[in-house]
Amino acid sequence: MTEKTWAQMSADEKQEAAFQKLLSPKDPQGNDLPFQSPEAEANYKARITRIKDAIQMKKLPDRVPVVILPSMFPYLSAGMTVEEAMYDYDACTAAFKEFLLEYQTDMHIGASAPGPGKFYELVGYKLYSWPGHGVAPEHSYQCNEGEYMLAEEYDLLMADPSFYFRNFYLPRVFDAFEGFKMLSPWTSTLEMYGLAFNYVPFALPPVQKTFQALFDAGAEALKWAMVMGGSDGELATLGYPNILGGFTKAPFDVIGDTLRGTKGIMLDIYRQPDKLLAAMDALTPTMIAMGVGAARQTGNPLIFMPLHKGADGFLSDEQFKKFFWPTFKQVMMGLIDAGCIPFPALEGHWDSRLEIVQDVPKGKTIWMVDQSDIARAKATLGQNACLMGNVSSSMLNLGTPQDVEDYVKNLIDTIGQGGGYIVCNGAFFDEAKPENVKAMVDAAKEYGAYE
Amino acid sequence: MSEQLVQAIADMREEEALDLVRAMVKEGVEPLAILDAVKQAMAIVGERYEKGVYFLPELMLSGEMLNQITDILKPELAKLPEVKREGKVLMGTVEGDIHDIGKNIVTFMLDVNGFDVLDLGVDVSSQKYVEAIRDFQPQVVGLSGFLTLAFDTMKETIEAIQAAGLRDQVKIMVGGGQMDDQVRAYTGADAYGRDAMAAVKLAKDWIGG
Repeated sequence: MTEKTWAQMSADEKQEAAFQKLLSPKDPQGNDLPFQSPEAEANYKARITRIKDAIQMKKLPDRVPVVILPSMFPYLSAGMTVEEAMYDYDACTAAFKEFLLEYQTDMHIGASAPGPGKFYELVGYKLYSWPGHGVAPEHSYQCNEGEYMLAEEYDLLMADPSFYFRNFYLPRVFDAFEGFKMLSPWTSTLEMYGLAFNYVPFALPPVQKTFQALFDAGAEALKWAMVMGGSDGELATLGYPNILGGFTKAPFDVIGDTLRGTKGIMLDIYRQPDKLLAAMDALTPTMIAMGVGAARQTGNPLIFMPLHKGADGFLSDEQFKKFFWPTFKQVMMGLIDAGCIPFPALEGHWDSRLEIVQDVPKGKTIWMVDQSDIARAKATLGQNACLMGNVSSSMLNLGTPQDVEDYVKNLIDTIGQGGGYIVCNGAFFDEAKPENVKAMVDAAKEYGAYE
Repeated sequence: MSEQLVQAIADMREEEALDLVRAMVKEGVEPLAILDAVKQAMAIVGERYEKGVYFLPELMLSGEMLNQITDILKPELAKLPEVKREGKVLMGTVEGDIHDIGKNIVTFMLDVNGFDVLDLGVDVSSQKYVEAIRDFQPQVVGLSGFLTLAFDTMKETIEAIQAAGLRDQVKIMVGGGQMDDQVRAYTGADAYGRDAMAAVKLAKDWIGG
C-alpha cells in the first residue's frame, strides 16, 4: 500500500501525523534532535504524549498535564524589567530557560512574549505603547486601540484585504510604512503592456525610505528570531517541547481589535450589519491561511486564538450567534481540516457562550479558560474539547500556596475526571508570587496521576 | 412626538430619533422637554442593559445618539442653567495601565444615570487622584485596571488617599479585567464591581439618587 499524500489524508490522520512528527523531533539540519540525555528524550516524548492524550480525548494521559502560559512573569521574576527583556534577547531567553527549568511544565510557548523592542522602534509601531515608549520600564506593552479603519472602508477591505492592509492600515499604525500608500496592487501585474507603470513608485523617495526601514527592521527581526529559535532548540534538547505553531484570530476580533476598534464594530452591528458580516466572510480564508501557514513553517500544530470581543457582556447571545460565532467556527474548522489544533483562549468570562461554542468536533481543539464557570465549561464545551486553565491571576498574585494547592487539587478531582483537562493559569500574567506558581505545578504533579 | 422619540432611542432607531429631534426643534419644542425624553429613553436603555437584553452595541449606539442630539440642541442649551446632578464620581485607570474601554463604559453609564463624573483618563498617578479628590470633592472614586500590575497601583492609590487624610470622605470601587473580590480586599477598596451597571448600583447605594 502506498502512503497517502497530505491531500488524501483525513483531518484525523493529519492531526496524528503532526503529533508523530513532534515525537521524532529534528534539528535545523534535518537530523534527529540530539537530546542532552536519555532522560531528556524520555521526558520530551512523555510530555508530548501527555498533551496529545489530553487533547485527543481518546485515552487517559498518565497524569493531568500542567502548563504555565505567562506574559512577563519569567522576566520580572528573574529581576529584569520588561524593557530589558524586550531589548536584550540573550538575557530574555536566559530568563525563560531559568523559568522553565524551575517549573518544569509539560509544554511551553517560548520566550517570544516580550518581542524585539528595537524592531518596533525601527518600524515606528503606534498600535502599542511599550517600555520607554509610553509605559514605564517595568510594565508590559499595552494596546492603543483606535479606529484605524474608517466606517466607509469596508468595500475597500473586502475587495482586496492585502491591498487594504498594505496601503491603508499599515501606514496608519507604522510610522515607517508611509511609502506603502504609493504602491499599486500586486495584482495589477498581468501582462507586458503597461506593466512598468506599476513599478514607478519604487523610484520615489518615500517608497525607498519605507523599504530601507524594512531592510533594517527585517535584519533586527531575524537577529531576534535566531535567538528565539536557538532557545527553543536548546530547551527541546533538555526535554521541553514548544508545540505552539503560531496564531490567528476570529474575524470579529480582527475587525473589532485591529481595524475598527470596539466602538466602531459595536456601532457597525447597527449601522452596517451586512457589510460587517460580508467583511468577516472575506477575512475568514485569510485567517485560516494565516494559521495553517504558521503551522507549516514551524512544524507545530497548535494555533493560538486569543478571543476578546465575544466575551460575556460584550454582545447578546443572539448577536454572538450572528456576528461572532459563524466565522470563528469556520476558521477553527479550516484549521482542523489542515491538521492544526485550534487553541482559543476564552479571556475573561464566557459563561453565556459555552453552550454555543461546544459545537466543535471532539478531540480537535484546546481551550484556555480564564474566569468562566469551569464546571459549566466541563459539562458543555469540555465534552468535546480539552480545557486548560482557570487558576486566576488574582489567586496566583494574592493567594497563598495552600490556596493554590487546594484549588488545583479540586480542579483535578472534578474537571480532570475522564481526561481532557490541563492545569494552567487562566490568563496571561505578569506579576505573581513564585511560590504560588510553584504550588500550581506541584499540585498537578502530586495529585494529577490517573489510575 | 416626545413619546415617539423615547421609543426610537430606546429601540435603537438612530435615524428616526435624530429626524424626530430636528423636527421637534423646528416646531419649537422646548429643548428641556426634548432632553427629558432622551433621559427617559436612556433609563430604558439602562434597564435593558441591567436585565441582559442590551449589551455594548446598544450602549455605544445610545451614547452616539446622545452626543448627536446634544450637538443639535447645543445652541439652545447654552442659554439654560446647569441641571442638578445626583452626586460626584471620580473615575480613572490607575498608574501604569492605559486600558480605557471598560472605564469609558462605566463613565458613560454613570453620566447617563445622572452623576457628575470627572474622568481623569488612563495611567493616573496616585498624586493626581489625591489632587482631584481635593478639587472635585467626589463622594465616590472608581479605580479601573486591566493588568495584574494594577493590583499594586490600586493599593498604592488607596494608600495615598488614606495618607492625604481623604479616605473617610470617599467610597472607593475597583473594576476591570483581572479584578475580583480577592483583589478588592488586597487594595483596600470598599467594593468590586463586575460591570458598568454594578458601578452605577454602587454609586447609587452610596450617594443615593
